[in-house]
Amino acid sequence: MTTMTAALERLRPVRRTRTTHARRRESLTALGMATPAVVLLIVFLVVPVALTFALAFTDARLISPTPARFVGLRNFTQLFQDPVFFKSLRNTAYFAAVVVPLQAGLALVLALLVNAKVRGVNFFRTVYFLPVVTSMVVVSLLWTFLYRQDGLVNHVLSALTFGHVQGRDWLGDPATAMPAIILMSVWQGVGFHMIIWLAGLQTIPAELYEAADLDGATRWHRFRHVTWPGLRATRTFVLITITIASFGLFTQINVMTEGGPLDSTTTVVYQAMRTGYEQQQTAYAAAVSLVFFVLVLTVSLVQRFLTREKD
Amino acid sequence: MVFRTRRLAVASVAVAAATALVAGCATGSSGSTSGADGGTLTLWTHNAGNSAELDVVKKIIKDFNGSQSKYKVELQAFPQSSYNDSVVAAASARKLPCLLDVDGPNVPNWAWGGYLAPIDVSGSEVPLSAQLPSTIGRYQDKVYAFGFYDVSLAFFARKSVLNEYGIRIPTIDKPWTKAEFDSALAKLKKSGKFEYPLEMGTGGLGEWYSYGYSPQLQSFGGDLIDRDGYKTASGTLDGKNAVEWATWFRSLVSKGYLSKKSGVDPNKDFLAGKSALHWDGSWNAVKNADKLGDDLAVIPPVDFGHGPRIGGASWQWAMSSTCSDKAGAQAWLKFSRQTKYFVDYAKATGTIPATDAAAKQVDGYQPGGKFNVFVQYARKFAEVRPATPAYPYISTEFQKATQDILAGADPKNALGQAAKAIDNNLKTNHYDAG
Repeated sequence: MTTMTAALERLRPVRRTRTTHARRRESLTALGMATPAVVLLIVFLVVPVALTFALAFTDARLISPTPARFVGLRNFTQLFQDPVFFKSLRNTAYFAAVVVPLQAGLALVLALLVNAKVRGVNFFRTVYFLPVVTSMVVVSLLWTFLYRQDGLVNHVLSALTFGHVQGRDWLGDPATAMPAIILMSVWQGVGFHMIIWLAGLQTIPAELYEAADLDGATRWHRFRHVTWPGLRATRTFVLITITIASFGLFTQINVMTEGGPLDSTTTVVYQAMRTGYEQQQTAYAAAVSLVFFVLVLTVSLVQRFLTREKD
Repeated sequence: MVFRTRRLAVASVAVAAATALVAGCATGSSGSTSGADGGTLTLWTHNAGNSAELDVVKKIIKDFNGSQSKYKVELQAFPQSSYNDSVVAAASARKLPCLLDVDGPNVPNWAWGGYLAPIDVSGSEVPLSAQLPSTIGRYQDKVYAFGFYDVSLAFFARKSVLNEYGIRIPTIDKPWTKAEFDSALAKLKKSGKFEYPLEMGTGGLGEWYSYGYSPQLQSFGGDLIDRDGYKTASGTLDGKNAVEWATWFRSLVSKGYLSKKSGVDPNKDFLAGKSALHWDGSWNAVKNADKLGDDLAVIPPVDFGHGPRIGGASWQWAMSSTCSDKAGAQAWLKFSRQTKYFVDYAKATGTIPATDAAAKQVDGYQPGGKFNVFVQYARKFAEVRPATPAYPYISTEFQKATQDILAGADPKNALGQAAKAIDNNLKTNHYDAG
């Protein structure tokens, strides 16, 4: 809808200079161009979201001979007594709380490094970006092997410490499963945000740096007073995209641990998929998704508020 | 003017979307029958990627199409991993084919959900009564599906290893008791030759957990659900016997007998001598016999107090309830029930033929053959997974509880939580409807 309004608004300044006929043709064109996107949005976004809201208050199931019936808040009362749901919430929050600062910070450091004008910088940019273009499923499978008791990680650990450190089954231990997944996720995702930071860095005018040099600013002062303020818009974008992506943690869990061991890696989206699909409880999964939607919306709104243009 | 244009735009987009939706729904609900078109019947199978079994399906279709001119069966093969999803999606869109295959324990769920229609195959060459009971998919006293083969569970071991440590090689009439089994494991562990003497495929996820471990639970005297009416799991899945099973199961890990997550290919590990006892399906029997020859010992399931148990039911054939040419579908099902096809299936898949007549013609499965023990296990020890539409749900909860127990959860809590979830599901899901 936004696209269309914007398109129509753009017509306004030229209105008086054109004939009615031409104007009508132009708005028809705009309409024609906007329609596919709008139809797709409605069919694949608005309708499913509306359905989720409605289904959460019924007893709809994936396979059933009886039609769905309205059951009021039953799914929600059941949800708030479900110990796995609270573990899922906790794990999701834990993942987001570690990944957001870690991935954003690491991506910025990498961006600053590859922004330097030295030979071979394109090579490093490519290397850091490689995991991003690799499918998450493939990455997860590979890391599952790396993390095994007899995997590469433990071999390297053992070799580096001359056999003093015996690794463990990283994904099989409730204490290390989530940190292991966090490490892998950051490795996979950091390249993407590096590119975003890099784009932001290159919009900062070089004159500002020259002026700072003339003033005798140190590297730190240059970063603190030129680079950091210049990355304002980029910062907001990076923050919000990483937050939303990390709340949606699913692929790694589904491939690597299936929520185990002892629920130490189960997440809200994984739980929604498991109940809705494997356990055929469509309505219950809809309730999980609805609660999740409200949580993500709240966090995003808070972030928007905190990062708003203060002037 | 602009305002009006915008309103017009919004309205027309809304109308277009609504039309598309209504049209979509209309095509969805108007077609109450599907899967057949002028004598051509569609058939779905999970066998894409499993060419040995797929070739048998193709052969039966070719023979059937050649044997008469009224019907023509057309094959569509899916990879196993996405097969169930495809069926569920097709059923929601009322686009199921006439004929489809279904994994045994799912028959009650699909029959209850209205996907399948009862079948009548009387008058075919092989009567239903000649089949292993576990190869017939029944729900509420009606037959919905039948299979050409079944599989069995057993321990595989090397005779030389068992003899070396003075472990008795059990027979079908005198299987190991729990005490014997535990002492065998202790001896094997003590030898220091095996990091984990017992291999039970703990790395495999999904239905293997229910198929492989619920028979052991049953041998302890527990079960997935109280089979009297299938109304509750409490007291059965978390009863005294079940907790005893779970405690024992966990002790296998804590004593170092069993890895809580086995390797990618447990059979390869066993053949390489990494483990001494492998709890596995009969589908690996031929491979093991080829590699180990006479040294291979096929060992019946352990009697943990309530008799040895194995699971029953594998893939079976059924007819959809929306099939528009049920007579044609029945004709194909009846035609396929010939002993030669039972033989072909068993040979192609290395599984147990569903009838004795067929077993006589399959190498190793004839009476006295080296794999005939599997037929006897299937006759004597097989217990089908609970025949209730709630089975898929029960199975996921059992899988989770078992994984948690292996990882060190309190056995009573883990089973209690599963039983509670299952009871809640049984109460709210209207399984008695339909």
